[in-house]
Amino acid sequence: MAVFLTADSRVIVQGITGSEGRKHATRMAAGGTVIVGGVTPGKGGETVEINGAQLPVFGTVGEAMAATGANTSVVFVPPRFAKAAVIEAIDAAMPLVVVITEGIPVHDAAFVHAYAQATGRTRLIGPNCPGIISPGQSNAGITPWDITGEGPIALVSKSGTLTYQMMYELRDLGFATAIGIGGDPIVGTTHIDALAAFEADPAVAAIVLIGEIGGDAEERAARYIRDHVTKPVVGYVAGFTAPEGKTMGHAGAIVSGSSGTAQAKQVALEAVGVRVGRTPSETARLLREAYAGR
Amino acid sequence: MDLYEYQAKQLFAHYGVPTQLGEVATTPAEARAAAERFGCPVVVKAQVKIGGRGKAGGVRLAADPAAAYTVASEILGLDIRGHIVHRVLITPAEQIAEEYYVSFLVDRAERGLLCMASVSGGIDIEQVAAETPERLVRVPVDAISGLTDAQAAEICAAADFPVAVRPAVADVLLALWQVFTAGDALLVEVNPLVRTPDDRIVALDGKVTLDDNAFFRHPDYAQFEDPTATDPLEQAAAERDLNYVKLDGEVGVIGNGAGLVMSTLDVVAYAGERFGGVRPANFLDIGGGASAKVMADGLEIVLSDPDVTCVLVNVFGGITACDAVADGIVGALAMLADRGTPVTRPIVVRLDGNNAAAGRRILAEANLPTVELIETMDAAAARAAELAYHARPATSA
Repeated sequence: MAVFLTADSRVIVQGITGSEGRKHATRMAAGGTVIVGGVTPGKGGETVEINGAQLPVFGTVGEAMAATGANTSVVFVPPRFAKAAVIEAIDAAMPLVVVITEGIPVHDAAFVHAYAQATGRTRLIGPNCPGIISPGQSNAGITPWDITGEGPIALVSKSGTLTYQMMYELRDLGFATAIGIGGDPIVGTTHIDALAAFEADPAVAAIVLIGEIGGDAEERAARYIRDHVTKPVVGYVAGFTAPEGKTMGHAGAIVSGSSGTAQAKQVALEAVGVRVGRTPSETARLLREAYAGR
Repeated sequence: MDLYEYQAKQLFAHYGVPTQLGEVATTPAEARAAAERFGCPVVVKAQVKIGGRGKAGGVRLAADPAAAYTVASEILGLDIRGHIVHRVLITPAEQIAEEYYVSFLVDRAERGLLCMASVSGGIDIEQVAAETPERLVRVPVDAISGLTDAQAAEICAAADFPVAVRPAVADVLLALWQVFTAGDALLVEVNPLVRTPDDRIVALDGKVTLDDNAFFRHPDYAQFEDPTATDPLEQAAAERDLNYVKLDGEVGVIGNGAGLVMSTLDVVAYAGERFGGVRPANFLDIGGGASAKVMADGLEIVLSDPDVTCVLVNVFGGITACDAVADGIVGALAMLADRGTPVTRPIVVRLDGNNAAAGRRILAEANLPTVELIETMDAAAARAAELAYHARPATSA
């Protein structure tokens, strides 16, 4: 099994005729993802060549779902059009919407999150994220599909490259699912959502949680782990050297006054028994120990 | 982007929030002239993007134009927690009956929007939250329906604003909501919001953080940018679309992906504990591309920092394979030599991930005298810290 995304996932790409959308649709298909088509407003009825196959382009998400049975959408639409694109997917009751786009205004993210919550039919992942991959089954996003294969580890992270790094370090073990939840202040799926799903998935034996400065998502995740997670969890937090008041690449990665520090997150995680590595490699070693000793 | 108080008040005025625009002065003479125009006692306020101005002597009353001159000359140039005062705002001194607090912010934990209000304004709101939390109301506002007239009235009642001013405060909340949403702000805070003896409600201070990601729909926000307040290297990096933050150490850092670069800074500082406390000199995320041009621009920015004695390039080859990154590094060094700025300081490179072996082979075959290839991130950080430590001038200790 895996979480949120499986071999049965039928994926469309919103923005498939754009350069990013087409490039990553091709990569996803090459990695075995079932890509059934794409959506670009005004280009319904055209086709686009993806990995040697001619895939249909639809004008709306609703049409794409009706024609292809898609249950997952990956959004590569530019920031100024992203809100409308995601609302369209939610209106169509798309079960899983993965928003890769970086640079979406926070008020747009707040709106689509509230909208998805209000309808209750759509899980959002992102924005500003690498997406979700269940190696050997499906890949909805930009994570390189060939880092590692299927295995017993699950990972949730705010960062794309740290996700890749950790999957690489643990490539001999393999992963059930890795979720990049994104580095923006408001994201659709949180560390806690991922932890709950990993805890429930029998394919997952051990969990890596990667956080970074900003907000208190890691502190909340720590409380959730204490109360609800029985599987071993190891952690990593980036940004100990980040100065106060500076945004470090991700829009949400900022220490404000005394809140959002890496130190506080490490303390919160260790307080509930989560071992936190000082480097990604050390974190991988801790995971191996936790996995071996489970 | 954080705004100065005077800029925040311009935005307030645009959306109908009652405030005092005042006049900005950069010299004592301008401050005196402003006070003469107002013809009444004025307040001279340091314009810096940091809290605690009052305690630092950055907000003072001046009874007449001569006093405004003196006070402004004392405040201009003041160092307030590392921020030098280049401008002061002159406003007519307002009679104050009561001081309140109101704000709108993004609630990351609840993934929504939040209004906070208190009748105990004028002091640090974190102190109110800690000592008398019952005097600070926190009300979530629905991002879809927005702040309604009814909810604004409810907030005024919940925070126990005096009945006489509730309608006026509710109007201020509705106007501030516009600043927050239509203005695409991450934070809008008024502390204090004052009640005058004649029952007017005025935003006497203003703090606004704008959402940089929303600037595409606010071309007019370019006016708020202040190159003088930005680090020159950060400014130069921004002009080349590079995500760079200046820090105070000696090891220049270049990597791909915000999380990996943040992690690299930490690992350098961690390794530096064994090498005289060597620290990272900067954050630089070159993103997914890593072409020769991007790598050359990145190296040029990092090496323009005179404190940098060694550079660590830490790349995980994902979508961009390591052979392409290695080609980028080789090309970048050639490009910098062509620009007349050959790289003489050591560069430690760690490549891992997709096509790592091919990437390492390219670098080895290029036989670049300043480049040292190290296989793991931890070892590469240790080597960079060691090189930076040995590059320190010898001391007589």
